[in-house]
Amino acid sequence: MLWKAGSAGLPDRICLPVIPKAEAQGQMRVLTGCPGKLVIMIHAYSMYGTNLVLDVSSGAVHVFDDTAFRVLKCFGQDGRLEEEKISKLREEFPEREIREAVDEIRTLISEGLLFSGDIYEEHLPQWTRNTVVKALCLHIAHDCNLRCKYCFAGTGEYLGERSLMSLEVGMRAIDFLIENSGNRRNLEVDFFGGEPLMNFDVVKGIVHYARTRERDCKKNFRFTITTNVLLLDKDKRDFINEHMDNVVLSIDGRKEVNDAMRQRLDGTGCYDRILPLAKTMVEERGHENYYVRGTFTRNNLDFGEDVLHLADEGFEQISVEPVVASADSGLDIREEDIPRACAEYKRLAKIYAERRASGRWFNFFHFMLDLEGGPCIAKRLRGCGSGTEYLAVTPEGDIYPCHQFVGQPRFLLGSVFKGFSGNPEREEFCNSNVYEKPECRACWAKYYCSGGCAANAWKFNRDIKKPYRVGCELEKKRIECALWIKAKEAR
Amino acid sequence: MKHIKTINGKTLNRDIKKAGCGECQTSCQSACKTSCTVANQKCEKE
Repeated sequence: MLWKAGSAGLPDRICLPVIPKAEAQGQMRVLTGCPGKLVIMIHAYSMYGTNLVLDVSSGAVHVFDDTAFRVLKCFGQDGRLEEEKISKLREEFPEREIREAVDEIRTLISEGLLFSGDIYEEHLPQWTRNTVVKALCLHIAHDCNLRCKYCFAGTGEYLGERSLMSLEVGMRAIDFLIENSGNRRNLEVDFFGGEPLMNFDVVKGIVHYARTRERDCKKNFRFTITTNVLLLDKDKRDFINEHMDNVVLSIDGRKEVNDAMRQRLDGTGCYDRILPLAKTMVEERGHENYYVRGTFTRNNLDFGEDVLHLADEGFEQISVEPVVASADSGLDIREEDIPRACAEYKRLAKIYAERRASGRWFNFFHFMLDLEGGPCIAKRLRGCGSGTEYLAVTPEGDIYPCHQFVGQPRFLLGSVFKGFSGNPEREEFCNSNVYEKPECRACWAKYYCSGGCAANAWKFNRDIKKPYRVGCELEKKRIECALWIKAKEAR
Repeated sequence: MKHIKTINGKTLNRDIKKAGCGECQTSCQSACKTSCTVANQKCEKE
């Protein structure tokens, strides 16, 4: 049987003999507890009749025909052929076909594309040595003109006082980012909230200030804004289109789904107001550099219909994502919902691939995958960079690891005025990578997922190194779907 | 190959000495703030 990570409980680390090619290249490394051995991991699965094999450490993705897929099961965990298993296949497949498949598998092994060893852990210190700040999420408003039922920020105020960021704080945040960015040229600023359009003059002031500082500091700022669209009039759209690299427009999908969750203060839904505004915005941006972004809850586990609804309304850059909600909310995606949600991703993947092949193309955020490079292994080991490269700033200038941690005193890391306070929690985030998380270390999806969301891990497990299991299961299914779509489109 | 097709060109274990410049965009699994997960980011060097 193929060895596959992810069995119940904490999987054992697999320690295997070093393969010949690795020895020849001098890649033998000593891992704690596994002297002279490398961790080898593959993930093999079938979806809609396609057999996919992911070699985890190299990132190579292969499509196997049925013969090769069966032959692969005759290779042991160390990449060596077990002849006794091969003999049983002769009852089903011609000897010549079996030997061809064996030779092809051995070729992939010799090329380091299958059963390759994990050679990255020893490089981690050099990739984490000079961590600098490169991105800020500015909470322009701790206030909101909606009362979305699943909002992680309470009613937009993050369970504190309602407040708006002043231009002084915003400008100081820009200075803080520059001062702490080292030699990094590309810096990112996300305008967030609450609802940032409620304080748009400050947004404009921050953008103009950052642009003046770009020149003398040799930095390049990229701006994003996330909005509920209600206040997206022409003046704001014009400014956003001129200055923002990306815009995230919040809408959940079908009208009845959206309006059940995204309500005004008087309890009415916002769909009828925001849909035409969002369409106008997207049209003005040439259908590029935006996302319409929805949230699904356990009330709409048929969320594929919301994705397709948004596509049918003409949007091409779509994201619909699982809610992050506490157990007492009634909206959270629960363990018992996992099969249904995974089935829905799989169903959506098929329709998605069919539409893309038939002239009804659209892009779904969680099915996006770059197999031709993408982020390097250093990035993949560490993920989003929350608490280190990426920080959230409140209207008062307080610093938190990310927007999801804002308002939790334990995670107050300092302020843009006084700098980092020395809170030891920051060290936890600095040390966070897939090797520090036992479940992630043994997971086949680690170099796509990169260790998951620290905020979810804390919310559900009170430990940023212990990922949120529901999130893991959904992420793995999404990656399987994304790989299948890649394979289908590669033919 | 007759029985196996490899669908990606580059792999993670090449050029690891060049990895880690840190210029790539910050990612988030949720698109509530940014535009990419780690899985679909672009490398700024490419």
